[in-house]
Amino acid sequence: MNKLPAEAAAHPVLGLRSPLTPSQTAARARRFGAFYYADMWIRRMRGYQGTVLMTAVGTPLIYLLGMGTGLAVLIDANSDAGFPGSNGSTVSYLVFLGPALVATAALMVSSEENTWTVMGGFKWHRTYYGPNASPLSSGQIASGHVMGQAFRLLLTTGIYYLFLLLFGAVPQPETGWLMVFTALLAGLAFGMPLLAFSATLKEDRGQLTMVQRFVVMPLFLFSGTFFPLDNLPLGVRWIGWISPLWHSTELGRVLSYGHPEPAAMTALHLAYLLVLSAVGLVLARRNFTRRLAG
Amino acid sequence: MSQITSTKTVPETRSDFVISARNLTKSYGDFTAVNGISFDVPPGESFGLLGPNGAGKSTTMKMIGGVSQRSGGELSIMGLDPNRYGPEVRAHLGVVPQQDNLDEDLRVRDNLLAYGRYFGLPKSYLQPKADELLEFAQLADKAKARVDSLSGGMKRRLTIARSLINDPKILLLDEPTTGLDPQARHILWDRLFRLKEAGVTLILTTHYMDEAEQLCDRLIVVDKGAIMAEGSPAALIREHSTREVVELRFGSDRNTTVASELEGIGERLETLPDRVLIYADDGEAALEAVTGRGLRPITSLVRRSSLEDVFLRLTGRSLVE
Repeated sequence: MNKLPAEAAAHPVLGLRSPLTPSQTAARARRFGAFYYADMWIRRMRGYQGTVLMTAVGTPLIYLLGMGTGLAVLIDANSDAGFPGSNGSTVSYLVFLGPALVATAALMVSSEENTWTVMGGFKWHRTYYGPNASPLSSGQIASGHVMGQAFRLLLTTGIYYLFLLLFGAVPQPETGWLMVFTALLAGLAFGMPLLAFSATLKEDRGQLTMVQRFVVMPLFLFSGTFFPLDNLPLGVRWIGWISPLWHSTELGRVLSYGHPEPAAMTALHLAYLLVLSAVGLVLARRNFTRRLAG
Repeated sequence: MSQITSTKTVPETRSDFVISARNLTKSYGDFTAVNGISFDVPPGESFGLLGPNGAGKSTTMKMIGGVSQRSGGELSIMGLDPNRYGPEVRAHLGVVPQQDNLDEDLRVRDNLLAYGRYFGLPKSYLQPKADELLEFAQLADKAKARVDSLSGGMKRRLTIARSLINDPKILLLDEPTTGLDPQARHILWDRLFRLKEAGVTLILTTHYMDEAEQLCDRLIVVDKGAIMAEGSPAALIREHSTREVVELRFGSDRNTTVASELEGIGERLETLPDRVLIYADDGEAALEAVTGRGLRPITSLVRRSSLEDVFLRLTGRSLVE
């Protein structure tokens, strides 16, 4: 319990008086508002921390056990060449798969936090409207939401990376750890445009379920996740090219085991993820403002 | 941190009024929700917006609250234009929205703390302030409860407690007691009355007459986005109604036919589907005149005029339709 301010500060009915004037309050909100909202977002996560941790720990465990002890053994035993690593070497299937799994985990979390959570904020629980009446701006609420989920994404990808290490699936850990952040970018590059879309939904008539089934699932399956994108026929290979998941996965492979690709390609992956995140965030902030301050 | 307290970008307006609106307008596409309303609210006044659903009350409140941008006219809150100084305006206010939007992922007390953080207020203030407000809202024993376990009245009191976390000088209350049972309403009215006595400016919308009469020093009657009348509850009743009203029920099929036989009694007649109203300064005398004509209503009631009658007179419609 913190100590009470001086007795003189209290009013018989109004009680404790604010230590800040309204203009001081507004100045702080203008500067730190998005952080205030992010802070609260993370506190709220404690309400469902069980789910968050179970997902963050359980998912890698299940995938790595299943893939590592099952599928990987089968594939490694049946492929002569293996997967190309640095300087003409080859790597095992699990090493190839690792960065894709981390990025996928980010994609999954992002597809929840930018759909159902947003509907909750605007409609089901109206939780955006409370802070919107405070000195925070609508754009800060959007940004705070993004910062909060970035925290959850990092928690998820960080834990996943530790499991990859545990399973010996990162040949170059000196650069491999950066995949925690390239996977975060997969989450944001996919999540920010989705956030902008969700912020326009007045009602969920199944659109969000459609997103899960017909956007998230195809991205998961056709982004060079389980096999190199080049194995796919050209007719569906484009899904990988526009997929944040593929770009992030390829980056992760370069970092994890020196997957051979031109430096310009690596730069392109990074630029694509950054641009998609930035454009999505700008649109999301705009849509939040339209919705909350209309 | 000293830079943060700088206020040089904000003009220090010394206005006599806490809120001042001139031809305030809000349109959504072709629909004009608020159509050029003007009013001033001096500090410490309890000011009401009275009108039926869809009259434009909530839209007006959102503009005053610095949330919704106005389409036209002038508006100043504590001398500040909310379109430009949204955060500064909102820093002055406590807001109780029409629909509760408490955070159900946080416990009761945490709702207060979290909200206080949006104002950049330090924990050393927020911790004791939250306890004090829980006390004020009679929710001290619910501090650790889940929000969804609270009754409607408790949620409403928590929302009011939350609106006071930043020690605001102006409190905006949008339909504060709608949907509450009579006991919960009276607890809320008592709390609001104490705030008013302590000098907090209350701005409230309501479609309840008794609420307006209990809490408002002055009010505007709003219908279809425009102001129909303005004044204290007593003055409005004096100006737009008689001292007393006789309510007669003859049965729903007979009210209209009997009405013609009542012509000439009192100052004015109002025929509603379920009852006939006779406006007269002396209600008992009017009722005697009715029975003197050999008419036998099923029930009769003489009462004082209320704001409901004012509204009926001004708009030809009853408030709760």
